[in-house]
Amino acid sequence: MTIKGKAYIAGIYEHPTRHAPDKSTAQLHAEVAKGAIEDAGLTKADIDGYFCAGDAPGGLWPMVDYLGLRVRHMDSTETGGCSYLIHLGHAAEAIAAGKCSIALITLAGKPRTGVMPPRAQGAEADFETAYGATTHNAYGMCAMRHMHDYGTTSEQLAWIKVAASHHAQYNPHAMLKDVVTVEDVLNSPLISDPLHRMDCCVVSDGGGALIVTTPEIAKSLKKPLVRLIGHGEAMKGPRGGKDLDLTYSAGVWSGPRAFEEAGVTPKDIKYASIYDSFTITVLMQLEDLGFCKKGEGGKFVSDGNLISGVGKLPFNTDGGGLCSNHPVNRGGITKIIEAVRQLRGEAHPKVQVPNCDLAIAHGTGGLLGVRHAASTCILERA
Amino acid sequence: MAEARKYPAPQGNPETAPFWEAARQGKFLIKRCTACGEPHYFPRAICPFCFSDQTVWEESSGEGEIYTFSLMRKSPTGPYAIGYVTLKEGPSVQTNFVDCELEKLRIGQKVKVVFKPTDGAPLPFFTPV
Repeated sequence: MTIKGKAYIAGIYEHPTRHAPDKSTAQLHAEVAKGAIEDAGLTKADIDGYFCAGDAPGGLWPMVDYLGLRVRHMDSTETGGCSYLIHLGHAAEAIAAGKCSIALITLAGKPRTGVMPPRAQGAEADFETAYGATTHNAYGMCAMRHMHDYGTTSEQLAWIKVAASHHAQYNPHAMLKDVVTVEDVLNSPLISDPLHRMDCCVVSDGGGALIVTTPEIAKSLKKPLVRLIGHGEAMKGPRGGKDLDLTYSAGVWSGPRAFEEAGVTPKDIKYASIYDSFTITVLMQLEDLGFCKKGEGGKFVSDGNLISGVGKLPFNTDGGGLCSNHPVNRGGITKIIEAVRQLRGEAHPKVQVPNCDLAIAHGTGGLLGVRHAASTCILERA
Repeated sequence: MAEARKYPAPQGNPETAPFWEAARQGKFLIKRCTACGEPHYFPRAICPFCFSDQTVWEESSGEGEIYTFSLMRKSPTGPYAIGYVTLKEGPSVQTNFVDCELEKLRIGQKVKVVFKPTDGAPLPFFTPV
């Protein structure tokens, strides 16, 4: 049993807003759902599967009711920012099994406008909460150890932000459109050592949605065909504190599973959407996915290697979380959306990868230095 | 001026109560599985490695070295350093580094446990030796 080629992404929509004080969170979910359904050329009545995560107000049942859906398959897998990459894989499984035929996945929220609810805690709470793990310092801990073990430098991390900024200048919706230099990043204030302010993604309101469907239905619609050919998911945590190693992510497990299912290798990939909550997130994931050897990520990302038209691996051509947006502090769905744009040939002409027929969308969710999930999707132009 | 840091009192539960009782006496406990021999932290009733229920409490030396850390430059209660300590007994423990110059922390530095008060049981922290 494989999901290879059994599900197509027929509709995508990214909310243009980056600041939405005049809208409700549920409303943003509805707006992105409407956008994706219209992009696919479908109607709401066609939707028979729905996927959402922790950002959906109240979870599945209030959302299904609010949106006025009538579904026969539902999934609210919650793994932070990579939830939607996992949803895409699960939607493909459900479609392959005949449990639904047209699935809707939504993400939306307003962290820029309001305060985000606290992260749900588990059995570790008494042993960790007091120490103040946040996204900044949890990723900072990874970067610090990566530098110690492999000699990775702040200059190398800065190249990731530089590449993202080169792409963001062409995105009219990007929050940060100015091209920056390595020096700009190094001169920005330290937030949590060794990460500078410009190593961190933006905080934005907004959202995005996907329509996932069967090959037959996708072929009956008008959009260029994009299909999922490989998917992987995994989790990683301190696991009792044994052999702690914060220099790799759960991508070391989700990546190979996805590549194996797809029957391709990292060398075949023309475009990469890589979750960029922080620059270190990108560097570690590129290593874990096999784009370079462990410890060589710093060298790999340097000198513009991630810039479209310049380097060998164009990444996050919308400007990504580092420059464009990071709706609900979750970057998973925008990673899929830009990969689909590239495969459709709908990316901005200045960043469109020529003959882009194979792409990866990958992300992590949670706190990289504490416990997190990862999910990898390999997408192909059909 | 940042507000003084006030640490939340552990909520406790039947599974972890002995840890907090020992903490009140200045003892830092870890759990060890008598089936596979592996120590672990934070403490569980069932071993996270071999899934045996034959786990026992063991007093740790409270000594170890810094595996990694990150210095949070700003927070409502001022700067703080979060990190992991790899204990002499093996397990790595999430913590904050206290009673020291945060700018001088280094990976590999020797540290030892110190307890800080809360409204309930005290919490373990680490400080350079």
